[in-house]
Amino acid sequence: MLRVKILGTGCAKCGQLADTVRAVIAADGIAAEVEKVQDMQEIISYNVLSTPALVVDGAVCCAGRVPSAEEIRSMLAPRTRGCCCKGSSGASGSSCC
Amino acid sequence: MNMNQSVRWWGGFLLAALLWVFVYGRLEGFAEVLVSSVGLSRALPFGEALYFFIYEVPKVLLLLTAVVFVMGVVHTFVSPERTRAMLSGRKRGAGNMLAAALGIVTPFCSCSAVPLFIGFLQAGVPLGVTFSFLISAPMVNEVALALLFGMFGWKVALLYMFMGLAVAVLSGMVIGRMNMERHLEEWVQKLQGSAGPGSAVPLAMVWPGRMREGLVHVKEIVGRVWVFIVLGVGLGAGIHGYVPENFMASLMGREVWWSVPAAVLIGVPMYSNAAGIIPVVQALLGKGAALGTVMAFMMSVIALSAPEMIILRKVLRPRLIAVFAGVVASGIMLVGFVFNLVL
Repeated sequence: MLRVKILGTGCAKCGQLADTVRAVIAADGIAAEVEKVQDMQEIISYNVLSTPALVVDGAVCCAGRVPSAEEIRSMLAPRTRGCCCKGSSGASGSSCC
Repeated sequence: MNMNQSVRWWGGFLLAALLWVFVYGRLEGFAEVLVSSVGLSRALPFGEALYFFIYEVPKVLLLLTAVVFVMGVVHTFVSPERTRAMLSGRKRGAGNMLAAALGIVTPFCSCSAVPLFIGFLQAGVPLGVTFSFLISAPMVNEVALALLFGMFGWKVALLYMFMGLAVAVLSGMVIGRMNMERHLEEWVQKLQGSAGPGSAVPLAMVWPGRMREGLVHVKEIVGRVWVFIVLGVGLGAGIHGYVPENFMASLMGREVWWSVPAAVLIGVPMYSNAAGIIPVVQALLGKGAALGTVMAFMMSVIALSAPEMIILRKVLRPRLIAVFAGVVASGIMLVGFVFNLVL
């Protein structure tokens, strides 16, 4: 079970990120639990300076932008998870780490 | 990113750039032809207004698209996390200048103002330096600069940029001197200097992906402000065609000393984005308003707004918000006076 958190204070971009993440999870049939975090002090505890941010299993994957569905897919993939967002959109992530 | 996709991105970019240059060079002629084809002359008020509208709207939109795209790409190189690392532990003075300069290129949206503010303080960026960043980031933004460049020319755009930076640096230094740290909310005071400047956010991006970010930025910004540009230029066109020459001279002219503070007082509570306000202001300038007064009005509308203060209230006590607004407004007034004196 993946624990996915979307950090954001409720702006339009945060909603977009949440939608894209949920769509990827549904399309790929990933077992994940998605939580939206709006509490400022909790957001800050992740040491994030800009929102929206995506946190997968406790690791910040990106902040301040809405990545493409492909990119999000690679962030949720077990191999690249929690280490980096390389291979941006596309790529199988094989060269990562 | 496979080869194929890469080629498609670069090819698309090249094609778009060529098309941009081609269209941009032909706007004036196109507007001329269109106005005369409906049987109007530019000597008539309506003809002049129509010409102004048909010429300015596409011109400003094209410029804005180009500048916003470039900034979207630049943003993939400069993250707030990186900016913070560069600013942490900086001294007053040099730190303020660096903060103001970084405010231009660092991606910033007012909805992240609070995490950014706290993140800076947490990593040991001094309060005054943080404020320099927080003032410069919204005031000297790419939308304002693109519009100023399009409607006033590069000289005014550069002037606005340097004056904006000056206000940000000076205001930040003044606030830093006043030792206002105890007017932060208590939980924020406790967080000050509690963390290192390092960041957990990975920032690795490869080339065509940067272009995608540029495109996303264009969709977001131009998609949001185009309406204001059309409305603003429309209003400006009306002023151009119908308001008599020198109409504004007695209200916003150089000889009217009180016009600068009045412009700032009216501008501070007003909340409009640069896209809506600049075309109107440009039209006023043509009717005898002084550049310094107009500049002060524009800066106060863009730099200080009620929604931003409400967001900042989460971390600042009212006293510090008042000082922030007061110092920035005074700086802007100074800019207005200096301009009216010198130019």
